Amino acid sequence: MKTIVFLEHHDSELQKGALGVLSKAASLGGDLTGVLVGAGVRELAAQAGKFGAGRVHVWDDPSVEAPLPQPRVDALATLVEEEGADTVLFAGSVLAADVAAGLAARLDAGLNWDLVDLEARGEELVGKRPALQDTVYVDVGWTSTPRLALFRSGAFDPSAGGGGEAEVREFSAELRDFSTVAAMVEQAHEESSGPALEEADVIVAGGRGLGEPEKFTLVEELAKAFGGAVGATRAVVDAGWYPYAHQIGQTGKTVSPKLYVAVGISGAIQHKVGMQSSSVIVSINKDANAPIFEYSDLAVVGDLHEIVPKLTELVRQKRGA
Amino acid sequence: MKIAVCVKQVPEGNKRLDPATKRLDRSGEGVLNPFDANAVEEALRVKERTGEGEVVVLTMGPPQAADALRKALAMGADRAVHVADERAAGSDLVATSRVLAAALAREEPELVLFGQQSADSDGAVLWAAVAERLERPVISQVAELTVERGRVRGKRQTEFGYDLIEAPLPAVIAVSDAVNEPRYPSLKGIMGAKKKPQEELSLADLGVEAESRTTVLELTEPPGRGEPARAETAEQIIAFLEQKRLL
Ligand SMILES: Cc1cc2nc3c(=O)[nH]c(=O)nc-3n(C[C@H](O)[C@H](O)[C@H](O)COP(=O)(O)OP(=O)(O)OC[C@H]3O[C@@H](n4cnc5c(N)ncnc54)[C@H](O)[C@@H]3O)c2cc1C
Ligand SMILES: Nc1ncnc2c1ncn2[C@@H]1O[C@H](COP(=O)(O)O)[C@@H](O)[C@H]1O
Repeated sequence: MKTIVFLEHHDSELQKGALGVLSKAASLGGDLTGVLVGAGVRELAAQAGKFGAGRVHVWDDPSVEAPLPQPRVDALATLVEEEGADTVLFAGSVLAADVAAGLAARLDAGLNWDLVDLEARGEELVGKRPALQDTVYVDVGWTSTPRLALFRSGAFDPSAGGGGEAEVREFSAELRDFSTVAAMVEQAHEESSGPALEEADVIVAGGRGLGEPEKFTLVEELAKAFGGAVGATRAVVDAGWYPYAHQIGQTGKTVSPKLYVAVGISGAIQHKVGMQSSSVIVSINKDANAPIFEYSDLAVVGDLHEIVPKLTELVRQKRGA
Repeated sequence: MKIAVCVKQVPEGNKRLDPATKRLDRSGEGVLNPFDANAVEEALRVKERTGEGEVVVLTMGPPQAADALRKALAMGADRAVHVADERAAGSDLVATSRVLAAALAREEPELVLFGQQSADSDGAVLWAAVAERLERPVISQVAELTVERGRVRGKRQTEFGYDLIEAPLPAVIAVSDAVNEPRYPSLKGIMGAKKKPQEELSLADLGVEAESRTTVLELTEPPGRGEPARAETAEQIIAFLEQKRLL
């Protein structure tokens, strides 16, 4: 097996998800290398050794600084060919998903996505994918070389297996015309710091079911009654109802409070990955088939506008606040 | 401006995999993928803002997927293209992107729009594969879109906050479900939909094959969290929290 792992970085850090995938790949054996594309990234490459990469292919150039997918497709397509790689692995992220899918089309190579595990059965690789809101698990395979896999965010924890520094090998690729026309006008700069959501014992999170931004006060009041913090889904953050710093999920924060109360949230996988390890999950949703109920401890089917104010009052009474 | 919107029909309500074929059971009622209603809406808005153009909706799917196209036509799209071919059933990303790209190449739209994800497969990956095959720039997860003077600009959320990305047309854009509030089809729209042009194509018409590169080996049980307890009132929630010693 000849595996390449896409090493995503942000600022001057390799992303934890990518290191997790690297660790997983190391446990499967074979020739394992990483690829790092960006500007000023050469220094980061060596770190990958601890997580199992013998070598890291580095393309360090201002022309590939912006985290846009298409130049990275060019880079990976070139590398796969040069190295004769049979497997390319990605940790799920907004960028990696677009790189992986673009590469799949470029090479006509199978891509299995949202995998939570990968196993070697002889020469074959078998991926594990939760499907249909995680109600069924599917074992998936590939009929192409190379095999491309995109893992669910947080699928593996990085484990420093005691390897040394990775050898650095510089490379570059020819960029296709259409790969270079999209331009980053402004790159993600938002501070995700803010409320200490990660430390809160209780989080009350609101989604689009609230109906309008003003209704977030319902969530705030309930959170206050519990002495907890406020969370939000991407749908309401993108819509400008609540600040990004409160977002929970794949592109937001990962939390594990003692109690998570989901109010008017459908429970998309991308939300789930940020809160599923909460000890107790209580969900209020008027749709009895809402996916969030699949992973809740208490499923409250009903109208949040009736239930939440009443609940807030009762919690206040109980906590004597 | 000519805008193409890729839409999918997904099963309504609870979905299941057919243990025999290991594919999604599409025998029941289907609906327009809710995330794709946002893409149709955005196309209509771009057309309305520029005051001219055509919105073409495109799907690859079984015969009954025509219902999803009709919903998009009822919302206001002008024309529908349906790639319906037995041989495309069970297509994966590689196969689907090849077929859609071939159908899009025939239309040569300046703007191609996708929804955020299919509610049945949750891939959120298809657009990048289609853009690659069309050799066009792609911007995904766009929560705010502007189309002006031959350029598109998208604001989108990543793991680190908001990016602003710009590209020249022709381009491929995937919108997020926060980009707009899709309109409901009016009665007039619903009545008019039937009369709008709807074209059906086979793979042979497009001159492509739908060869998948991935396989489904086996279905297994998820590591269950167990059935949740049920409640309907605030009092019952309190009782549950007390029992869990959370109050
Ligand atoms: C790459 C990617 C990354 C993403 N990252 C994230 C992320 O980090 N975090 C995140 O949250 N999402 C993320 N998403 C988006 C995710 O897929 C969903 O679109 C989003 O979580 C939906 O938010 P929601 O539950 O608020 O809205 P909806 O899905 O619209 O759900 C609203 C719910 O409210 C219920 N409701 C409506 N009215 C009432 C009422 N009166 N009483 C009770 N219930 C009511 C409805 O039944 C429905 O279930 C991501 C998506 C992608 C593709
Ligand atoms: N069979 C299909 N035909 C046309 N468009 C599709 C099809 N499947 C998915 N799409 C589009 O691709 C988007 C992302 O799909 P996915 O990558 O499957 O989650 C959807 O929101 C649709 O816009």
